[in-house]
Amino acid sequence: MINTKRRVLLKGSLAAGAIGVALGAGLLSPRVVLAAWPEAAFTAESVDGALKELFGTSTLETSRDVEINVSEFVHAPFPVTVKCDLHDISSITIFATGNQQPLVASFDLGEGALGYVTTRIRMAKTAQVIAVVKTGDRLLSAAKEVKVTDGNPGD
Amino acid sequence: MATGEKSKPWFIARLKGGVTEIKALIIHPMETGLRRDEKTGKAVPARYIQEVICTWKGKKVMSALWSGRVSQDPYLVIKIMGPAKGDTLTLTWTDNTGESDTLTTQIK
Repeated sequence: MINTKRRVLLKGSLAAGAIGVALGAGLLSPRVVLAAWPEAAFTAESVDGALKELFGTSTLETSRDVEINVSEFVHAPFPVTVKCDLHDISSITIFATGNQQPLVASFDLGEGALGYVTTRIRMAKTAQVIAVVKTGDRLLSAAKEVKVTDGNPGD
Repeated sequence: MATGEKSKPWFIARLKGGVTEIKALIIHPMETGLRRDEKTGKAVPARYIQEVICTWKGKKVMSALWSGRVSQDPYLVIKIMGPAKGDTLTLTWTDNTGESDTLTTQIK
């Protein structure tokens, strides 16, 4: 009896130790650690590619209901606000086309959340910031040109 | 921020006109893995937050997926309807190395 308990404990700590070792050695990729993180979308080198990974389609409807607030001239990093007053918004996604990998962030919004997100992002060079708002089956979008004065080519 | 001073994370929520505005500053390097150290020339390993979850009464009000192109020390504002003054909100982030932290606040 005592032995059984001890063995369970031992197995538990061994497993935890093994994960620690694997992480340290870089054997586990991030997606193993975090099952939900869509690596293919984040490493896609086009907005279309990332959209397909995230939503299964890259068809966007340009919409005046989607508002992007961002300065025309920026130093990186810079704040971006995306706002949409429609109801039933399930997500807001932000792309920066001046980055090698344009998908910056995607926010899934739960019940009661308004269509509003502010965050700060980096972009390597002058290009567009694109906001995509999902409502029902539709992907609404807006884009704004942002002139980056001191971008880091690594972004 | 004064030079060399490490700022602290903060997480606040204020109810006004039926809408709770939630603001947070997370302290995190947000390294893409593509940057090189200026002195050594070596690549700085990737270390960035991949997931941020905000909950109210055990329900996710926001669940975000991030890349390393979100800025260092990420700033976030969202707005929700439903919660009352005094309700507790939590904000949990997890980065690509498995490190995570949870911030808690009461709505004012």
